[in-house]
Amino acid sequence: MQFGIFTVGDVTADPTTGRTPSEAERIQAMVTIALKAEEAGLDVFATGEHHNPPFVPSSPTTMLGYIAARTERLILSTATTLITTNDPVKIAEDFAMLQHLAGGRVDLMMGRGNTGPVYPWFGKDIRDGIPLAIENYHLLHRLWREDVVDWEGKYRTPLQSFTSTPRPLDGAPPFVWHGSIRSPEIAEQAAYYGDGFFANHIFWPTDHFQRLIGLYRRRYEHYGHGSADQAIVGLGGQVFMRKNSQDAVREFRPYFDNAPVYGHGPSLEEFTRETPLTVGSPQQVIDRTLTFRDHFGDYQRQLFLMDHAGLPLKTVLEQIDMLGEEVVPVLRKEFEALRPAHVPATAPTHASLVAAKENAEVTR
Amino acid sequence: MTTLAVVSAGLGRPSSTRLLADRLAESAARALGGDVSTETVELRDHAHAMVDANLTGFPSGDFRAAVESVTGADGLIAVTPVFNASYSGLFKTFFDVIERGDLEGKPVLLGATGGTARHSLAIDFAMRPLFAYLRANAMPTAVFAASEDWGSGDTGLPDRIARAGAELAAAIAGRPAAAKSDPYDEPVPFEDLLAGR
Repeated sequence: MQFGIFTVGDVTADPTTGRTPSEAERIQAMVTIALKAEEAGLDVFATGEHHNPPFVPSSPTTMLGYIAARTERLILSTATTLITTNDPVKIAEDFAMLQHLAGGRVDLMMGRGNTGPVYPWFGKDIRDGIPLAIENYHLLHRLWREDVVDWEGKYRTPLQSFTSTPRPLDGAPPFVWHGSIRSPEIAEQAAYYGDGFFANHIFWPTDHFQRLIGLYRRRYEHYGHGSADQAIVGLGGQVFMRKNSQDAVREFRPYFDNAPVYGHGPSLEEFTRETPLTVGSPQQVIDRTLTFRDHFGDYQRQLFLMDHAGLPLKTVLEQIDMLGEEVVPVLRKEFEALRPAHVPATAPTHASLVAAKENAEVTR
Repeated sequence: MTTLAVVSAGLGRPSSTRLLADRLAESAARALGGDVSTETVELRDHAHAMVDANLTGFPSGDFRAAVESVTGADGLIAVTPVFNASYSGLFKTFFDVIERGDLEGKPVLLGATGGTARHSLAIDFAMRPLFAYLRANAMPTAVFAASEDWGSGDTGLPDRIARAGAELAAAIAGRPAAAKSDPYDEPVPFEDLLAGR
């Protein structure tokens, strides 16, 4: 199992002090959080991509390239990369470049983006969201696997004799996840390619995501990539911990009550019941996270959202330390003990993809 | 068995909106005959959950069950008080949670209440466009009950209720069994997605 952090990159006032960090502070904080994730023994750091305030991460590969230079082990990823409004050619180039600079420690997650105006700002139409995701990814997939591409589609200038450079490191394209909150089409897409499927999980109830992941697993098997339980599943989670659970609830409540997405709506208690949000002791977080396996089967990646809603950097770093010291080691052991041998322990890494590629060539 | 869902947006306890909703439900059930199960959703009971659902994007707990009883019913009776020349905010908040396709083709009987009959056109200029957008099948007869209707035998309220109930029953009886495909059980195959179908 791979554990990590995913960040939205919002610039939000701390509701307890009223202080809003500058963009510069927030960007540096995101880098510090990524470095802390590696130091705490986590496996993955994933950044969002946004093109409107109050979010700062508009240029994920720039940030991830910088983090790559300052880390040794951490897998650099996204949550999500906008496959609808970005040019797939530029995604192919940017992430192949990042792959080379990071020594292969790169994967990425495709998402559609749900901010209406971003589509027209980038010359697209939100009503084409699904067809854009389908067509653009199909091109991206080819650009990383075929040295010379002739291509014509509906949404982009045609290509004749185009080679996307640099070619993927060691000829192994980065592993791709497809993230979706509610679209069966995206689960179908992930299954078709044998890619990973990531359920954001944090805003909606469990039974909804069970249906989406169930669909992905069934269709993964249908398309011949392996059995349903071998499909590559990632889940989001959201936690806030203190040694005593009452302290956690007391400290987190003002951030919850004023949070950008669900603030001023359901109570902390209601939201904790309906979604995976866990506010309490490290043991409570362990117990809750283990239930995800009961709901979705053995899965390969668990990302936690830790740094939103104006939580101060110091608090976030403390949270990551607790995650690394008290939660993740136990979860690794427990999940590993439960996992059947034929189910992959982690999502494919660069090393495993290169090995698989070499095997395939030997077989041919 | 035929299932009827009733949505009542009255605020008072008791409320004249609920009174009208119950009368319409009885009328429809009588016209349907046979085995009819009626599920009534008092929106006031779900007021907080409805606001939460608008903010979070998903209905939770008991409210989710209420939404499902409405979207899954064979017919719907929707009744609101008229506030400031339109349906109440509570009424609209409920239908804002409903996904666009979920009432498609569903027979719906509209009802409204108000202090005087001068509010009665709110049904036609406010409620009908809402249900047209949701592609529901609103019955031609809608029922407005003003305060005076509850105390007078000659304003024709019982006749309107009977006619509206019969229309709803006929529409339910004439509607082919809903063959709704579930996109999670039967996804569009990827080849079709890729071909833009």
